[in-house]
Amino acid sequence: MTLLYFAWVRQKVGKSEEQMALPAGEIAALIAHLKSLGPNYAEAFADLSRVRVAVNQNHAGLDAKFGPDDEVAFFPPVTGGCG
Amino acid sequence: MKIFIRIQHEDFDLNREVTVLAGDGESGAVASFTGHVRREKDLSTLTLEHYPDMTEAEIARLVGEAGNRWPLTGVTVVHRVGPLKPGERIVLVAVASPHRHAAFAACEFLMDYLKTQAPFWKEETRGSEHHWVEHRASDDQATKRWQK
Repeated sequence: MTLLYFAWVRQKVGKSEEQMALPAGEIAALIAHLKSLGPNYAEAFADLSRVRVAVNQNHAGLDAKFGPDDEVAFFPPVTGGCG
Repeated sequence: MKIFIRIQHEDFDLNREVTVLAGDGESGAVASFTGHVRREKDLSTLTLEHYPDMTEAEIARLVGEAGNRWPLTGVTVVHRVGPLKPGERIVLVAVASPHRHAAFAACEFLMDYLKTQAPFWKEETRGSEHHWVEHRASDDQATKRWQK
């Protein structure tokens, strides 16, 4: 699967993209796994109220499922537009 | 419905965009919103990042939803990314319809949802400091009024 990180999630993790071979599961379990990989991930995912998720370019919740070929992105709440 | 969605570094020309959208006479009304970088203390640059594969798809979903709610003849959304200075244009939403009420309403609807759904993030540069702009709860509130 492909993992993508944007904005400060990208800065805390220290990369914008990576590939991982993981079995299908729930996003919440994926985050728990990532947090075990190192302090950079633990910091990026320390406060899940500030992290949003997309699976295959669609907004998703922490209870969403992903498959081994999916693209999962993590990012802060969006701040586009203006005013 | 004509749909033009672009994410780009370069500036846009409002007059040209509206002419392309509504110059054929199908639309009696065009409402447009242009967002600019607000000048704030010490703010030198606002840098916009986005999620390229998702951004246009998400905006297309929002435009489709607007088309389901109002009788629209065309929508143009242009959103800039990269480093921008105070005063520069960031975003354009232009909505064409046979009549003005639908154009006004759909333009506001699209701006409200663009702010809360489209995957863009802003980083401010103030002096040597960089920080990410926080999402505002008031923007979520703005979308609630459209919920049926």
